[in-house]
Amino acid sequence: MRTTLKTENLNRRSFIRLTTAAAGGLMISLYLDKPAAAQQSQQPKVYPPDAFVHVRRDGHIVITVNRLEFGQGVQTSLPMILADEMDADWAKVIAELAPAADVYKDPLFGIQMVGGSGSIAHSFQQYRELGAKTRAMLVAAAADRWKVTPDQCRTENSIVYGPGNRLAHYAELVDAAARKPVPEKVTLKNPSEFRIIGKRTPRLDSQSKCDGSQKFGLDLDLPGMKIALVARPPVFGGRVKSIDDGDVRSLDGVRNVFEIPLAKGSGVAIVADRFWTAKQARDRLKIDWDLAGVEHPDTVQLLARYKQLATTDGTVALTRGDAKAMDRIPRADRIIAEYEFPYLAHAPMEPLNATVKFEGDKAEAWVPSQFQTMDQMAVAEVLGLKPEQVTFHTEFAGGGFGRRATTDSHVPREAALIAKRLRGTPVKLIWSREDDVRGGYYRPMHVHRVEVGVGPDGMPAAWRHVIVGQSILAGTPFAMMVKNGVDETAVEGTKDTSYDIANFYLTVHHPTVNVPVLWWRSVGHTHNAFVMETLIDELASRAKVDPIAYRRKLLKPDAKKLQSVLDLLDEKSGWRKTLPKGRAAGIACHECFETAVACAVEVSLENKRPRIHRATVAVNCGLAVNPLTVESQFQGGLGFGLTQLMAHGAITLKDGRVEQRNFDGYTPPYIADAPMTIEVHIVPSTEAPTGCGEPPVPVISPAVVNALSKLTGKRYRTLPLESV
Amino acid sequence: MATYRLNVNGSQKTVDVDPSTPLLWVLREELKLTGTKYGCGISACGACTVHVGGVATRSCVVPVSLIGGPIVTIEGVGNDPVGRAVQNAWVEKDVVQCGYCQSGQIMSAVALLKATPKPTETNIEESMGGNLCRCATYVRIREAIMSASQQVK
Repeated sequence: MRTTLKTENLNRRSFIRLTTAAAGGLMISLYLDKPAAAQQSQQPKVYPPDAFVHVRRDGHIVITVNRLEFGQGVQTSLPMILADEMDADWAKVIAELAPAADVYKDPLFGIQMVGGSGSIAHSFQQYRELGAKTRAMLVAAAADRWKVTPDQCRTENSIVYGPGNRLAHYAELVDAAARKPVPEKVTLKNPSEFRIIGKRTPRLDSQSKCDGSQKFGLDLDLPGMKIALVARPPVFGGRVKSIDDGDVRSLDGVRNVFEIPLAKGSGVAIVADRFWTAKQARDRLKIDWDLAGVEHPDTVQLLARYKQLATTDGTVALTRGDAKAMDRIPRADRIIAEYEFPYLAHAPMEPLNATVKFEGDKAEAWVPSQFQTMDQMAVAEVLGLKPEQVTFHTEFAGGGFGRRATTDSHVPREAALIAKRLRGTPVKLIWSREDDVRGGYYRPMHVHRVEVGVGPDGMPAAWRHVIVGQSILAGTPFAMMVKNGVDETAVEGTKDTSYDIANFYLTVHHPTVNVPVLWWRSVGHTHNAFVMETLIDELASRAKVDPIAYRRKLLKPDAKKLQSVLDLLDEKSGWRKTLPKGRAAGIACHECFETAVACAVEVSLENKRPRIHRATVAVNCGLAVNPLTVESQFQGGLGFGLTQLMAHGAITLKDGRVEQRNFDGYTPPYIADAPMTIEVHIVPSTEAPTGCGEPPVPVISPAVVNALSKLTGKRYRTLPLESV
Repeated sequence: MATYRLNVNGSQKTVDVDPSTPLLWVLREELKLTGTKYGCGISACGACTVHVGGVATRSCVVPVSLIGGPIVTIEGVGNDPVGRAVQNAWVEKDVVQCGYCQSGQIMSAVALLKATPKPTETNIEESMGGNLCRCATYVRIREAIMSASQQVK
């Protein structure tokens, strides 16, 4: 291979083993064309399709995307990778989302999913090779036709050029190319030869999302389809004792009312012709709940318990250096910082939904899913089928941020339970916004207690850190990521900090609480980066050292990506310039999912809230496949990260009941809450691409409160930021 | 159930629904105009924004029985020069991410530019202030509105 792109990050050996084991003939599953009868573009797609590339006789190139598109832009950037190596005419590329099938599993994770910011990082090599192999087959067909060798041909924009001014369009070569063997080995381009990769490329789904024609899961409309809502217990795990549906059955359009088991406890499904009918029926339904024997969590009590736990050592996550070093540091040189983080709902704009049609010996499901493999298995299990008997369509999703990647597949599972009762009828289950806000699967609540011993040089000489929070992974199929009693997602961003702190002692408590929890875009980094980056800022202030210089000094010599983004931020942001009166700059940096980010914000106080006049971000994500998407992800990811600074950015419980119901009580950032301008600067790189979905999220909140601290002299350690 | 005659995107439609049904669900389920989105049902997110009699309206809380004027949705707003300019600016600025809220964002932006062709940042924040975007595409929304305002006379 001529490529200089490194793939070590993927762990090349496991990459190959997983693809061959999990995906079978992944690399030979591309096809070039179907018989002429299947050429009509309106033709329903034959499932399961076995391919990533379909070169149509009309010259269009259909590229299948093995991921959910939910805003992150893979529906554009994965096809860019394949099209580039294929030398395809980008204007002729059509992207389609793959259904659930083995061949579309993540090459590294072994299941079909979006998560861990891995869509591009894990499929970059895969899509390049697919493109190069397709190109090789087309070239071989052209070489045959002209009786020349393939190396006498070159390709550009869907055309093969041969000796003597000969040329052939890909479209005219498809039948011959389809009979060619799929090459085992191909030469990939040198990055300098990329024509599409690395170019700011507009999204393929822009137009349809601006004229209302893009269909999301919730927009699905099938003949005879019914709408289902579920009345859920007011406390997680509650069960239906009795149902009085007297006021409901008389409603025109209500079809069924019946109890179904939920992931925890049980609920009542209401099936109707229309959403509004189902909603009215649910509002009128009288259900007597059995709430005895289920824990009634209460935020005030939980907080007291967590704070108490934080004063004691938990399970050791990391010991580096001397755990007793703190004892030698005078009390006056120690900072004790206690942090509180609430439960957070993801609240994607498109409410959760799943549509299932059960037909006895087979079924069909339409789900905006981040976890196709697991969701397909769950639907099959409920219906007593094998996964391959469930045709599983990946629907476009209106956001997700982790909420559509559940380890128990509860949403499609509920839909399947309801559809099972209505054999032959497609049923669309909708979670109303209230269901979503009150339905659990939150970013876990956390308390951190950190004691920092400051050395004579102003640098941290000892660090004792206790984290208290529920384990996301315990008891799930991902429990193998809980190591020696430590859920790695709870400590990420602290345990693996790039700051060179010699004496570092980190322990964790994972209390069990009756609140379902889940990964929330950037997972543990949401709270760990906040703690680290506010404390480091405090240490820099205390030492009267420039916050970037302090960070540079404390970073490990091998933290090259972080060094590179601090350098770029310093160069581009102008954050040291004199600001208008009443404004201050704040800095934060963090590396996660192998991407390093540094952020500077300019903040003032307006009506006792932070007003973010501008933000500048520097990012090192390896090769930026689509710089335009990277820019968008960073602009949006900063805004998403501000969720945890909002005055009403918390889910709280009282006597087991979630106190928020909708966006009136749980209020994410609106336009005035987000930075007014955001500049994104990308470190030029030809290293293998790394994630961009989650890395933008952690940096913004610490950067903003670091600026606020300069304005008010206070430190901010309790979220949400109710008062400044 | 009752029968209502509605003017939607210039066409006369007749629907037979419960009078309490919000316009949103009439558009989505009866008229199959699914570009208008359900986000919250309490007029807190703006995903359901349409124009009724030229006024930006949260269709999730307005019962069909109270509709008095012609309705324009995202599917029809491009027939109007301002609507077309805004849609084009949105594409040109590559605003969308997941895209779910963008119908509502565009409808609010069109209403803004019709009332205030040269908006200030304050005008934008006031008019767009109730449209939630969880992908937080807000900086590009600002840019697209400013760009569209250049095209609008």
